[in-house]
Amino acid sequence: MSQVYAARGATHALETAGAWLLGALWVLPLVYAFWTAFHPGEFSTRFVLTAPLTLENFVKAWAAAPFARYFVNTVMLVTMTLAAQLVLVTLAAYAFARFEFPGRSVLFALVLVQLMIMPDVLIVENYRTMAALGLKDTIVAIGLPYMASAFGIFLLRQTFKTIPRELDEAARVEGCTPLQVLWKVYVPLARPVYLAYALVSVSFHWNNFLWPLIITNSVESRPLTVGLQVFSATDQGIDWSIITAATLMTTAPLLVAFLLFQRQFVQSFMRAGIR
Amino acid sequence: MTRSAQWLYGWLLLLPAITLLALFTHYPALATLWHSFLSTPKGARPATFVGLENYHQLTEDPIFWQALSNNLWFAIGTIPASIALALLMAVWVNGRVAGRGFLRLAYFTPTILPMIAVANIWLFFYTPEYGLLEQILKAFGASSHNWLGSKSTALTCIMVVTVWKEAGFFMIFYLAALQSVAANLAEAAAIEGASRWYFFRRVTFPLLMPTTLFVLVNAVINAFRLVDHIVVMTRGGPDNATALLLYYIYEIGFRFWDSAYAAALTMVLLAILGLVALAQFWFLERRVHYQ
Repeated sequence: MSQVYAARGATHALETAGAWLLGALWVLPLVYAFWTAFHPGEFSTRFVLTAPLTLENFVKAWAAAPFARYFVNTVMLVTMTLAAQLVLVTLAAYAFARFEFPGRSVLFALVLVQLMIMPDVLIVENYRTMAALGLKDTIVAIGLPYMASAFGIFLLRQTFKTIPRELDEAARVEGCTPLQVLWKVYVPLARPVYLAYALVSVSFHWNNFLWPLIITNSVESRPLTVGLQVFSATDQGIDWSIITAATLMTTAPLLVAFLLFQRQFVQSFMRAGIR
Repeated sequence: MTRSAQWLYGWLLLLPAITLLALFTHYPALATLWHSFLSTPKGARPATFVGLENYHQLTEDPIFWQALSNNLWFAIGTIPASIALALLMAVWVNGRVAGRGFLRLAYFTPTILPMIAVANIWLFFYTPEYGLLEQILKAFGASSHNWLGSKSTALTCIMVVTVWKEAGFFMIFYLAALQSVAANLAEAAAIEGASRWYFFRRVTFPLLMPTTLFVLVNAVINAFRLVDHIVVMTRGGPDNATALLLYYIYEIGFRFWDSAYAAALTMVLLAILGLVALAQFWFLERRVHYQ
């Protein structure tokens, strides 16, 4: 709200207090997790300022399950999915934004169906399909249903439509083929949108859980989220210090990236939402 | 470019994306409908057409009804709360509050954490006897309570986690929208003598309507799509008190391997999502206070 209606006096103080109280509530679970992970087990629920700091929980967690492999799997999953998405989404968005062909609006409506019915709810049938394709328990199978992303097609189509046709035509006059125009004119001009989409996609697939849980069954293909669940549900009993350490460890890359590139993250999520 | 070249280019560019969409969105949606009329193949016995039998089973399955009602309560409990909190957060961090940067960060951080990690952290938070919640309550002299283990509180605990996770995500859309509300509107209203609350209620809030609709649709979809925390925290228990529809589908489909019944359950979920889509179109048609 603008300056005229900024809170003043007692209201201002009250609102600041409210904002901070809510902020404290919001970070409390995280602070608690950090406390537990960095202190020896006997201090996990005792809050003494003199409690010694330790990294032992992380060492134990790392040794207790093949987290290195899970990290590799997740990185492979995220990279592969994003690469495929970028190609597929770019081509489709270009077709919808700049080509006239029969069935265009019907096909676009068919694409938009995925915004409502995401692969997350079609687990039973997609499992059957993956089994038929012989892809069960592979990293490809985790990413495949998400590769043609309706959200990405929609986002990029909107962007491509704002690019002046004159640029497009000028490139054509120079003798560029449609694909060269796409590569030399459209893709470079849409760079911020690509960044936004990439950040949203990477965090979505890094965090995705239910579908990977269903379709994977071995250390070789399990992503971090599923690995973490298998670890904390079966291997560990209830040693909370170690579970919390493992939890923080698996989230660390994303959390660190977020803290470093806060502005880009927030702007990307914003950009991706406004449509 | 000739017309036929345009056609050819359009179709060829679309081909890869449409193929994958057809394979993993359209086909499975239709196959779900078809399989919901079949029986589950068992051993050497192949699937046979059974008509509406799976749906009949569904109407007589108390766990289904409980999952459906849990899911509705879950939606009612989480959606308005997270949207209201999101709006409040956005107004606060858009204003002159001290430590604005930190607050934005605090509100938004849960969004980028995986739901499964969040669930692990909260599971510990809720632990009976020595979890943080218990310790705080003990300090106030309250008696011990198994928060996730008792039917009366488990679903509420799950809702709290969901609101905590989602409010910050919705906040940024409100924040973006608030920043685009023109300053001269506020000045004009102030000259007319409108109070702060009146201005918010009659000007800002209506201007935020498109954002609210967008956030609402996302929140509704998420209420039916996200069950990661159920898997980690309660596994639908105690006594199905926290079984949501998608979680029940997961149990039927991948624990009991009853794919036909799971298909019928999925159809219910698809119908709900279809209704949400229709409602959204209807609202967009009427253009709730656009600009």
